[in-house]
Amino acid sequence: MRLADTLRFARDAATGYPLRTALSVLAMSIGVAAVVILTALGDGARRYVVGQFSSIGTNLVIVLPGRSGTGGFNPANAITTTPRDLTIDDAAALRRASAVSRLAPLAVGTSEISFGGKLREVMVAGSTAEFIPIRNFELAQGSGLPEEDWNRGSPVAVIGAKIREELFGSEPAVGKLIRVGDRRLRVVGVLSSRGQGLGMNTDELVIVPVSLAQALFNSNTLFRILVEARSREAIPEAKEQVMEILKQRHRGEEDVTVITQDAVLATFDKLLGALTLGVAGIAAISLAVAGILVMNVMLVAVTQRTGEIGLLKALGATARTIRLAFLAEAAMLSTVGAIVGYLLGQLGAFGLRQAFPVFPAYPPDWAVIAGLSTALVTGLLFGVMPARQAARLDPVQALMKH
Amino acid sequence: MRENGRMSLIELQGIERVFQLGDTEVHALAALNLRIAAGEYVAVMGPSGSGKSTLLNLLGLLDRPNAGSYRLEGRDVTTLSPDEQARVRSERIGFVFQSFHLVPRLTAAENIALPMTLAGIPLKERSARVAKALTNFGLDNRADHRPDQLSGGQRQRVAIARATIMQPALILADEPTGNLDRHTGEEVVNLLEALNASGVTLVVVTHDPTMGARAQRQLVMEDGRLKFDSAHPSPATDAPG
Repeated sequence: MRLADTLRFARDAATGYPLRTALSVLAMSIGVAAVVILTALGDGARRYVVGQFSSIGTNLVIVLPGRSGTGGFNPANAITTTPRDLTIDDAAALRRASAVSRLAPLAVGTSEISFGGKLREVMVAGSTAEFIPIRNFELAQGSGLPEEDWNRGSPVAVIGAKIREELFGSEPAVGKLIRVGDRRLRVVGVLSSRGQGLGMNTDELVIVPVSLAQALFNSNTLFRILVEARSREAIPEAKEQVMEILKQRHRGEEDVTVITQDAVLATFDKLLGALTLGVAGIAAISLAVAGILVMNVMLVAVTQRTGEIGLLKALGATARTIRLAFLAEAAMLSTVGAIVGYLLGQLGAFGLRQAFPVFPAYPPDWAVIAGLSTALVTGLLFGVMPARQAARLDPVQALMKH
Repeated sequence: MRENGRMSLIELQGIERVFQLGDTEVHALAALNLRIAAGEYVAVMGPSGSGKSTLLNLLGLLDRPNAGSYRLEGRDVTTLSPDEQARVRSERIGFVFQSFHLVPRLTAAENIALPMTLAGIPLKERSARVAKALTNFGLDNRADHRPDQLSGGQRQRVAIARATIMQPALILADEPTGNLDRHTGEEVVNLLEALNASGVTLVVVTHDPTMGARAQRQLVMEDGRLKFDSAHPSPATDAPG
C-alpha cells in the first residue's frame, strides 16, 4: 500500500470510532499539556528567582556574620543572625582591598515612621551612599544618602515609593521632616517603585545612614556588608581579600561567612533546575500512562476490527501492510494528542502569565521537545504490539468472527 | 496439465487438512484430488461441516493443507511465503462472502477500490477502474454511499465489483446469496454467471440446490471427502473411501 493510502486508511479508521479516538487523544494531550505547564511553572520559578537575585546587584560579594560549617552557601545563614559581630569599622577596613570597587555596610531593623499624624511600621535599612548604586536601586526624586563619614549619620532618609504615597499623598516629599523612631529626619530622596523584590520590598523601605540606624536600634552590629568586586573575574580575589582582612581584624578567627552572588545564583539555578526536571519527570509518567492507553485503545481496535483484518488479508494485504496501517493509526492518535496537548499547555502557560505577570511561565524548549517526542515515541512503541497482533491474525479465523 | 483441451487452473493432489479439537483430530479434508480447468463454473455442495468452506479457504490461500500439493495456474502455491501468497490473492483471486464483508466506514467506491489500494496501484488508475466498475454493476449513483446506506443486493454487487476489480483468474464465492432474498439472489447469480461467461473461473459454495444445479459442474462433499463430481460420475476417480 502507498504511504498516502496507508495514512488515509489509518485516518479513516481513527475517525470511524470517534469516542475511542477522542479519549486516547485526550489522554495523550493531557500528558503533553501537563509536561508543558509543569515545566513552564518550574522554569518560571527558576527564572524568577535568578532574575531577582541578579537584580540585587552585579559582581556582589556578601559578608555575613558567623561561620557556616565547612564553607559554601548555607541557605539558613541568609535568614538567621548569629552572635558574632560585624562592625562599621570592619566594613571600613574592607575598603583597603584592591579587588573591591565599592561597598556598603547594612544594618536592618523595623521602626515606626510618622508624618502629619500618619503612623506606620516600616523596615529601616541603615547604610551608606553607595548602597543605592550597589543594589541597583533608582531614585525617583531627590538624591541618595550623602557621602560622609560612616560614623557620623546625618539625620536624613530616603523613602520607598509606597511610603511616600501613604504619608504624603500628592504633596512633595523631598525636604519634609519625618519622624522615624525617636529621630526627626529630613527626606532627601524617594526610590522609584520596583514592586516586590527578593528579601526586601523597596517600596516600603526607609534608608538612613548606617550609624543612625545603629543608634536607632541601639546596637553596633551589621546585618550584612555588601561588597562589589571590580569585575566578574575579580570576585574570587575579592572574596579572599575580604576574608583575609576580617580574619586579621577578628584575631585570626574566621568568624564570618562570605558568599558570592554567583554561588547563590548557581545554587538556586541548580536547585530549581532540578525541581523543573522533577516535575517534568512526574508529568512524563502521565505521558507513559497515555501511551499505555493508546496501546489499550489499539488492542481494542484490533479486536473490534478482527473481521476487517481478515478481509484485508483475503484481499491481498500483506502482514506488513496491516502492521503499518495500525502503527500509522497509533502514531496519528499520539501525534494529534501531542499537538493538542502542546497547544493546551501553551494556552495554560499563557493563562499563568496573564494571572501572574511577574512570573515568567514559559516552558523551556527542551521540555517541549522532550514532551512531544516522548508522546510520539510512546505512541509508536505501544502501537507496535497491537499492530503485530493484527498482522499475525489468521485470516480464516478473522473472517469467521465477522 | 490439460484436460478437455483447457489448462488446469487448479490442481489439488492428496490434500489433507486436520484440525485439532481437544483430544480428537478432525479431518476437515481428506485425500482430496481435484482439477478445475480455467473458465469452469463449479458449485460445491454438501451438508454443514462437510469441508466445503475449508476447501474454499484452501483454494483462496487463506489456509494451508497439512499434506498434499496445490498448484494454481501450474505453480505450487503451498510452499509460498505468506507475503507471496498475499500477492497471489491480490492478483489472481477474488472473494465474495455470504455477509458481504464491506468495510463499514468506506464508501462503495472506496470499498471497490480497496484491493487496488492494498496493491499500491496509483490513485488515477484506481479512479478510472472504479468508475468503470460502478457503471458495469449499476452502482453509478451509489458511489458515495456507505454500506449501511445500501440494500443487500447493492452491497453484494459492491462486493462482487471489489472481487473483480483486480481482474482475477478465479472468483471464490461462499454462499453469495445466503443473506439475500430470492429476487436479489437471482440478480447476484446472474452477475456471477456473466463474469464466468467472460472467462473467469467461478467456484461457488452453496446450500441451495437450484443454484448448484445452474453450475456446469457440481461437487458434493461429505466428511471432508469428495463424494460426487459431475465431471467424473464414476466414483472410481475419487480416492477410495
